[in-house]
Amino acid sequence: MTQQFYVSPEQLMKDRADFARKGIARGRSVVVISCADGIALIAENPSPSLHKIGEIYDKIAFAAVGKYNEFESLRQAGVRYADVRGYSYDREDVTARGLASVYAQSLGAVFTAEQKPFEVELAVAEVAPTQEQDHLYRLTFDGSIADENGFVVMGGLADQISDVVSGAWEPELGFAGAMRLALRALATDKEADALPATAVEAAVLDRASESHRGSRRAFRRLLPEDMTQLLTEEA
Amino acid sequence: MQDPSTGPLATQATSSFTEHLQRSRPELLPFNQTLPAGTVPSSPHATTIVALTYAGGVLMAGDRRATMGNVIASRHIEKVFPADQYSVLGIAGTAGLAIDITRLFQVELEHYEKIEGTLLSLVGKANRLGAMIRGNLPMAMQGMAVIPLFAGFDHVSGTGRLFSYDVTGGRYEEQEHHSVGSGSVFARGALKKLWKPNLSEEQAVAVAVEALYDAADDDSATGGPDPVRQLWPVVYTVDRAGNRRVPERDLAAIAGAIVESRAIAGREA
Repeated sequence: MTQQFYVSPEQLMKDRADFARKGIARGRSVVVISCADGIALIAENPSPSLHKIGEIYDKIAFAAVGKYNEFESLRQAGVRYADVRGYSYDREDVTARGLASVYAQSLGAVFTAEQKPFEVELAVAEVAPTQEQDHLYRLTFDGSIADENGFVVMGGLADQISDVVSGAWEPELGFAGAMRLALRALATDKEADALPATAVEAAVLDRASESHRGSRRAFRRLLPEDMTQLLTEEA
Repeated sequence: MQDPSTGPLATQATSSFTEHLQRSRPELLPFNQTLPAGTVPSSPHATTIVALTYAGGVLMAGDRRATMGNVIASRHIEKVFPADQYSVLGIAGTAGLAIDITRLFQVELEHYEKIEGTLLSLVGKANRLGAMIRGNLPMAMQGMAVIPLFAGFDHVSGTGRLFSYDVTGGRYEEQEHHSVGSGSVFARGALKKLWKPNLSEEQAVAVAVEALYDAADDDSATGGPDPVRQLWPVVYTVDRAGNRRVPERDLAAIAGAIVESRAIAGREA
């Protein structure tokens, strides 16, 4: 019979956390910025079809870094959770806080109980009529949840990118300003000053979707041509 | 929330909200319940819906009345709804079930779009609605039938298309125009005379309102335009740009013009 070596719980958790951190650090980064026009989500992602950013509900969006299959299953579970909740109660009763706490529980349970933790980091963003009421939650692989103010940066070079964003972020930014800032920040380890619009996947949660587009669904994916048009606008 | 730790097996993953409810929360489905023996007490019924194609699109209109036997249950009910950005549906039959089936259908389309990242094809949407009506068949056998009418813009063919259903969920594509509900016979008669190929959007709205006026004239369960309460039919148009609800102001003017022209003619019907 093989003898199990004793591993202290502290060591076990540390090993799992290191494993997850390594997986996440390999990935490209995502920036979520709350601004005057709404919330902008930008991910460095060369694939036009495998998304890191997604719509969850009317005012709620999702962004993730890490392993695609893991965060995609979390995204789909989030859409199911939100749709069931909105269908059985009312559309207003679906909130980012509720969704984030369900994600936190799922991630926490996987971290302690499963063979391996999820190698993902998530952001759940909810746009509100005024910027002060916007919600940005960051969820990490162990189920920790943080309520962030202004912006969230996740992924391999989160610290460096975060420094660039925090240096230039201000609440008065429009979508164009937020996109420019994100493209500049995501290029920190590159030769260029800013990433080209084709190298990123971008979406926005429009603060005034009802009046601008006549839709209660605030989420809008920006195609490369939308991005180019937005970036040529005056800041 | 389904536990992501076990992971949705590829064979179990579904893009259909209805299938998801059937598996995890079957009690939330509007149908799918076994009723005890006995007769169901009378409940509000929704009535006439008309739909017609015009140059570059399709429109759907419904009156504002729900009846319960000989009683008017509601003068304000709305029976035409946007299903998603490019399609609309109207409902006739048991109002309580029909409104919940509509809500389920709206979530079904949005859910598919969010999970898959792309819209369902128009025929795909029409088939999903048929499956829901078939799901409601046990209720229909208890006297609580729901009959929808579905219309949308087909981006492949570049035209508006219309689909009608029977109580078993059978789906039939209709040409030019169609109507369902208690006043549908009279509305259909009016549509046959009023509809022409290549109507403009404004003309098409006027034709729909007039067909409903004729239905209300002969069917007690269909409500006509109500200038006292300022109630007009609900009309949605769908074209390449998506669906749009025709504003009350325009409908008031159209309904007013119809009543006026009939009064001037001064004839029986």
